[in-house]
Amino acid sequence: MSSAITDLDASSPRREVVLRPEGAGRLFDAAELWRYRDLLWRLGLRDIQVRYKQTLLGAGWAVVQPVVMMVVFSLVFGRMLGVATNVKAPYPIFVYAGLLPWTFFTAAVSASSLSLVSNAGMLRKIYFPRLLMPLSAMLAPLADLLIAFVVLGGMMLWYGVDLNWGLMLLPAAVASVVLAAAGVGTLLAALTVSYRDIKHVIPFLIQVWLFVTPVIYPLDLADQWAWLLGLNPMAGPISAFRAMVLGNAIDVWAWMQSIVVSLAVLGLALWMFARSERRFADVV
Amino acid sequence: MTRPVIEVRGLGKRYRLGTMPGLGRRLVSLLKRSGDMTASDFWALRDVHFDVDEGEVIGVIGRNGAGKSTLLKVLSRITYPTVGQAVIRGRLASLLEVGTGFHPELSGRENIYLNGTILGMRKAEIDRQFDAIVDFSGVERFLDTPVKRYSSGMYVRLAFAVAAHLEPEILVVDEVLAVGDAEFQKKCLGKMSDVARRGRTVLFVSHNMSAVQALTQRCVWLAQGSAVGVGPTPEVVSDYLNSMTGSSTVDVTDAPRDQPHHASRVRLRRISALMPGGFGFPFNDELLFEIELESYAAHSGLRFGLTVRDASGAPVLSSITPPAVSTVDGETSVHQLSLSDTRLAPGSYTVGLSVCAGGAEEGRDLLDVVQDGPMFAVCSIGRQGDQVFNWRPEYGRIVHPSAVVTRLPSRPVEAAA
Repeated sequence: MSSAITDLDASSPRREVVLRPEGAGRLFDAAELWRYRDLLWRLGLRDIQVRYKQTLLGAGWAVVQPVVMMVVFSLVFGRMLGVATNVKAPYPIFVYAGLLPWTFFTAAVSASSLSLVSNAGMLRKIYFPRLLMPLSAMLAPLADLLIAFVVLGGMMLWYGVDLNWGLMLLPAAVASVVLAAAGVGTLLAALTVSYRDIKHVIPFLIQVWLFVTPVIYPLDLADQWAWLLGLNPMAGPISAFRAMVLGNAIDVWAWMQSIVVSLAVLGLALWMFARSERRFADVV
Repeated sequence: MTRPVIEVRGLGKRYRLGTMPGLGRRLVSLLKRSGDMTASDFWALRDVHFDVDEGEVIGVIGRNGAGKSTLLKVLSRITYPTVGQAVIRGRLASLLEVGTGFHPELSGRENIYLNGTILGMRKAEIDRQFDAIVDFSGVERFLDTPVKRYSSGMYVRLAFAVAAHLEPEILVVDEVLAVGDAEFQKKCLGKMSDVARRGRTVLFVSHNMSAVQALTQRCVWLAQGSAVGVGPTPEVVSDYLNSMTGSSTVDVTDAPRDQPHHASRVRLRRISALMPGGFGFPFNDELLFEIELESYAAHSGLRFGLTVRDASGAPVLSSITPPAVSTVDGETSVHQLSLSDTRLAPGSYTVGLSVCAGGAEEGRDLLDVVQDGPMFAVCSIGRQGDQVFNWRPEYGRIVHPSAVVTRLPSRPVEAAA
């Protein structure tokens, strides 16, 4: 054991930490986050490992929710309300391709915003960059998203959707969805510490948000209001994601607009987070 | 490395009590159209200064609520100071964090990795220490069982095993001596001295003065958030003890007496056990009692008789003082009575007291008897650092110091022939 200790000493020079009332005085410390990357990964892994323990379906639950929603939406909007006539693809695959990023977004936002409160015990006992908490909470929903892709592949075969180059861009679309979720989730997490009301607001917020996001209808249905939809950080990414899957033209303008809004939200979130971070252990 | 490892400068921490801070308060006062939402401030720490040098083992002492835990929270970056600053040079880990982040659904193996990472170990470090951790914990057979099925003993052992393999440059130990079983306390102390031997810095927070004296060279004494004493342990501890010699006191003036004539010439009024720090006598330390006596006549040559009973009420020892106590008519006098070298086992006891006149020849004359005096405790650690661990009631109430073994000449086993 003693040799291991000398190794360690050689590899980690003394780090000096100055504790002041003002704290670090910046939005976030990228170098520190990087040092703590093991913890980010480990906390995410914990959520994934715990999630399906002692369940019957296991990882199948990652698929059940979007599939059931797809069936319901296909029946209600596709058949009864006739939204399907405006869609240039089979409605089930159209709506499923929208539901995948949307399901991730809702799961990530609710997990992130509650992460500080549900891990209060850890916050009161040990130091780590608090930002890890809302960020790591998004990893398990991300894993679910990957699993749900399997069904998407099956549906593409079934409906005979051709493979196209747009599929190569999917990681970029997913990244923009993650960006949107990170901003909104972190913002709500910072607020939840002081205001527990946020917990009650989230389900309601998500419900309303679904209807102002082109999940069940196409973006161009909004015609002259489309620019307004672009202010929704999820509107552009979802329609881009869907266009990539179906091989349609990507509305790059709407996508970029949403990304800019997402970045702004993330900036605000980091600012709010840094401000309230100092009080977490005292308030939570 | 001449700069101190921990530098604390004018550190203060304020908590607001009672009201909701920030936006909420502003909104509420807006709605109420009044600014009467006054928060009451509470300074858990104020203007604390001290340095800790590399390799030093330093004690932090003080009563409950003196700010010890707040100080640790600030130093371990869980909460921020309100004023002042502290500089920490090196990786700080705390045995407070034993088991932090353990998840009941995860297996022992998964929790070792999770908890190790939370405590600040890198994956490579955990990989390297994994076998040692498992060995230390003694739970290898249950490594793939969710820890929610562990007994509480196994759970704590595993949690401690992970913490014990941390290699911090500064180790913080808070009150661990007060929790867990004796075995666990021993391990914590062992880990502490281990870390100290390697020249690392230890911050030891405890109520147990005997342990503080045995293990630390310097102490910080906190009272109401301020560091009222910083210096060599013997001085600071003795100042601290003098400031608050706690006692367990019983007013026996009107306690029932067995015989009507008792307490008619001399009355026992008050009996106190003067325990250092108010927590208990260190093992084999002098037991000190204070007795207040009211006399209705002049007496001389009185003796005190003292009986110590254990928690079940069984008498453990008795002692009678020499006939040297004298009183004056109509006066209240205070007497101190001490017993040393009792070898009383750790535990709690009560004291009964009597006052008598006379001796063996003329027959003893009991003047007053009180059965139920104050309770006192004996701690498992003595002043010289001698410790009595795992003492059980069935071993009796006295720890005999000097059993002797002599080996007799051996004889070959006789063959059956």
